[in-house]
Amino acid sequence: MDAIYWPSFFFLLFGLLACGFAVAVLLATNIVRMAFYLIMSLSATSGLFFLAGADFVGAMQLMIYVGGTLVLLIFGVMLTSQERFVEMKTMAGDWIFGFLAGGALLVTLCWVAFSVPAWRGIDRAAAEQLQVEPTVAPLAMGLLGARTDEGGEHGYLLFFEIVSVHLLVVLVGAAYLARAKISRGTAAERTSHVEPGAALPK
Amino acid sequence: MSVGYLASDSLLGYVLAALVHIALIINIVAVGALVFIWLERKISGRIQDRLGPTRVGGKFGWLQTLADGLKLITKEDLMPAGADGLLFKIAPYVSFCAAIAAYLAIPFAGGDHPFAALRVNSGIFFVLAVLGLEVFGTILAGYSSASKWSLFGAMREAAQVVSYEVPIGMCAVVPVLLVGSLDLVYIGDMQAGLFTNWLVFNDPFTFIAFWVYFTCALASVNRAPFDLAEAESELVAGFHTEYSGLRWSFFFMAEYGSMFSVSLLAAILFLGGWNGPLPVTEWLGLTGEVGTLSWYLGSLIGAANLIGKATFGVCVMMWIRWTLPRLRIDQVMATCLKYCTPIAATMFLGAVLWQYNLPHRNFFGLSDRPAATYAVSEGWELEKAKAEQEKALLEQDIEGAEQSENLDETVESRTAEAVVKTVALRGGN
Repeated sequence: MDAIYWPSFFFLLFGLLACGFAVAVLLATNIVRMAFYLIMSLSATSGLFFLAGADFVGAMQLMIYVGGTLVLLIFGVMLTSQERFVEMKTMAGDWIFGFLAGGALLVTLCWVAFSVPAWRGIDRAAAEQLQVEPTVAPLAMGLLGARTDEGGEHGYLLFFEIVSVHLLVVLVGAAYLARAKISRGTAAERTSHVEPGAALPK
Repeated sequence: MSVGYLASDSLLGYVLAALVHIALIINIVAVGALVFIWLERKISGRIQDRLGPTRVGGKFGWLQTLADGLKLITKEDLMPAGADGLLFKIAPYVSFCAAIAAYLAIPFAGGDHPFAALRVNSGIFFVLAVLGLEVFGTILAGYSSASKWSLFGAMREAAQVVSYEVPIGMCAVVPVLLVGSLDLVYIGDMQAGLFTNWLVFNDPFTFIAFWVYFTCALASVNRAPFDLAEAESELVAGFHTEYSGLRWSFFFMAEYGSMFSVSLLAAILFLGGWNGPLPVTEWLGLTGEVGTLSWYLGSLIGAANLIGKATFGVCVMMWIRWTLPRLRIDQVMATCLKYCTPIAATMFLGAVLWQYNLPHRNFFGLSDRPAATYAVSEGWELEKAKAEQEKALLEQDIEGAEQSENLDETVESRTAEAVVKTVALRGGN
């Protein structure tokens, strides 16, 4: 039997799944089905990451993007469950604008992808020599300021710190916006268990 | 490892290898569900002073689940008239797939050739990410059933699972911190030897983190007292109210599959993984250095060890289910946000301080940690090589200052050597 080059096979499979479900997101009219197709598309993308040996990014894709779509799904369910299975129709104008914006991005990305020489694939003989490398420790070291592939220099500590602080601010802001708004007086009345007007024992 | 003379990239060899892995994983989930459903009936019976199933299959009613399965297959596959057909049909499989996918990265025995379908460098992270996806099936089922009970159950489950992922992650980070790797194989191997090396006994903080993890795992797999998504007394059967027959049983298999996988994870992270309380395989000489057969036997004993521990964990979950009453939804959220999360965060900080001050002590600081189980530093070979070079350079400086012109070249050649070494080491992994 002929030897199949399995990485190419799975690249095509996952790529087709990702693109197919992305098109399905466009064509679906029900918001929950859209979210479901989006989940499938993003999961196939994470499969592509695993295929490329980037297991940490793949797991990250599953946890953040696929997990984040969960929240989208919940909101979709909550907002549309008043009526049964709301249908959403796209206007003709929206289609045109969508195709213009999406097409421009696609053309730019394709042009960049095929014009950068460093992104050309290596030939099969060289690809078969590649070994699976550990991914987590180099990534973590890079974020802490020491890139293992550059001899411990050119890390990303500052960017990592800025992003972390930014995230913290966002979380605190979200908690501030979401907190229960009870005025001080009412809260005290609720917790003190004292009848209004009753004399306090001294 | 090649299978006989079959090339690993030939069609037959590749498909055969994949099928063996898939068959083993599905076997664990499906047969595990068979055994655990029977066990659940027996345990609940004993706790309620009944006998449980006694007749099917002769003694102890051990074939009861199979009889149930046959009954489920013959049942009519119903779908409500107002349901969203595609999502309704696909939801059980989404749950089941997520439950199975977690097993891809869970190792059942360690060493150089671990019993794992896929050795992922970020194993624990992958497993936690996949376990969080099971809720999709529940939400899709609840939404597509066009039933109020289902929708309520699904929304409760969504709120619960999203909240409990936070303390679970914090507790899972504690062993990662002590071992120095996200790789589940390393985490298990670092606990080899006597039970004093188990991470649950490493320090008081991991001991408490283990119990927080177990509580949150119970909530994240939707078991009583946290089974609000299918609260029978309020929501008929929650998200799977409208399901019947085989589709319904897929939800159950997914539930038992994820119960087993969180228990496996607890065993690997905290309870020594495939290492028994006493290093019996080491005493018998069943290690990889001796030979392939002894390695295989030792790994089998290790896998039996791990499965035994995880089964015990599942039994404890059943014991809790039939002992405690169900919580209210606000109590569930309060348990997570007001108790589990702060406790987990404090335990994480405590473990950091402990590891910083007493890096080589274990068993609550009572004994010395064996040197073989010090925290691993994978991917640090380059840094270590550089540090050694600097040390060597300093020594040379003392010897003679006139050689200093040649030093730069030496450093460069040594760095290149270190890079080659690193690549070789990584390839070996």
